[in-house]
Amino acid sequence: MASVIVGVAALLLLGFTFLRRRSPAVLRRIEAFERLNRAVGLAVEEGTRLHISLGRGNLFTSRGGSALAGLALVRRLAERTSLSDHPPIVTSGDASLSLLSQDTLQAGYKAAGAEEQYRLSAGRLTGLTPFAYAAGTIPVAHDEGVSANVALGDFGSESALLAEAADRENAHLIAASDNVSAQSVFYASAQDPLIGEELFASGAYAGAGASHEASLQAQDVLRWLVILAILAGAALKLLGVSF
Amino acid sequence: MRYITAAIAMASGFIILLGYIYPLAALTQLRVMLTDWAVTIGGMAVLVGIVGMVFTHMDKIRKREKNSSYGALLVVSMIVTIVFGAALGTDSSFMKLAVEAVIVPVEASLMAILAVTLVYASIRLLRRRADVMTIIFLVVAILFLIAVMPTPIGPIPGDFLLLQFLNMFSNGGARGILLGVALGTLLTGLRVLFGIDRPYGGN
Repeated sequence: MASVIVGVAALLLLGFTFLRRRSPAVLRRIEAFERLNRAVGLAVEEGTRLHISLGRGNLFTSRGGSALAGLALVRRLAERTSLSDHPPIVTSGDASLSLLSQDTLQAGYKAAGAEEQYRLSAGRLTGLTPFAYAAGTIPVAHDEGVSANVALGDFGSESALLAEAADRENAHLIAASDNVSAQSVFYASAQDPLIGEELFASGAYAGAGASHEASLQAQDVLRWLVILAILAGAALKLLGVSF
Repeated sequence: MRYITAAIAMASGFIILLGYIYPLAALTQLRVMLTDWAVTIGGMAVLVGIVGMVFTHMDKIRKREKNSSYGALLVVSMIVTIVFGAALGTDSSFMKLAVEAVIVPVEASLMAILAVTLVYASIRLLRRRADVMTIIFLVVAILFLIAVMPTPIGPIPGDFLLLQFLNMFSNGGARGILLGVALGTLLTGLRVLFGIDRPYGGN
């Protein structure tokens, strides 16, 4: 069963990527991403900083997916803000993720032709436990001239402390998590929370390319297949068919 | 170089995925070996990350940035803990004291602040976004708290039914969100597996 799901998802991804290279997709309006685009522009103009928190998603677990989605956004934002006086800072609570964030930032600067502007300290490990991560990340939001915070990845309830820090500095917070607890915290405390799989749409909305748009389309198709499977399963159960 | 890193990542990913889907002895062995290597590299990444953190704080101290004294405290505490931990071992009374008298109380106090922060965020929620979904969110949260809170008169009549009713919607919503997240994770993983997204090797 797993091989069928992976196979169908792979075929859809490759097929839609091929199609999207010919005609770019029209994406529905999501307020949070529009604000993010405005915040990026403002940060560059005003000489303030973007702060991107990638959470604690360990790449060796299923939580790594949200971290990888966050890295795709980091890459795009690094390209767009590389010429700013105050380049973005990426914080994470997992060591492998922090190394990848440094690599991704460097790649973004390189793509923008500004590799000499890259500093290793732009990608930071701020703590290895949930509260250590929060305690290490809060000073970045407070002390480093941050005008917009993006929290995208695996967080727990400690995300409320990050949201509070952003609020105290009157900085925007665009937040999404794959964790249900963090989702409810962000819904209550962030100006622009993203719900559920919208987290994985960040790359497509940041202009990361055809494959990210294709991913969204493949997700839509798979979601309908899951809905049909659930309805069919419920109907069969009602009819007394065991499976 | 970047092609080599991509080839290694893709090959490792495919082997691990195949080993998971088809648990043949050879594939499983290869999968376990690759996972062991990844764990070792992950351990080294922790050391590199900690060294990076120390350098970042030392840089702040050198430039006399705002609140750099906290950075100095962190660096000194880290060095003391590492030195004593290496010299005395992790089971020593000093290490137990460091955990029980410093780390646990600090995390507990952050937990306490978290509770206050969440209440404050809920109060401000209506000011920030006064729409139907916000009202439903707050009403459900309050009803849930009423149903689970201890009272001097014992359980509130009908609290079990209220919890059942609320759980029906919250479980459904949570499952919907998790299904969406699972599909997103699958597609993100496939993009990395096919080498479309390469957050490594300077790509």
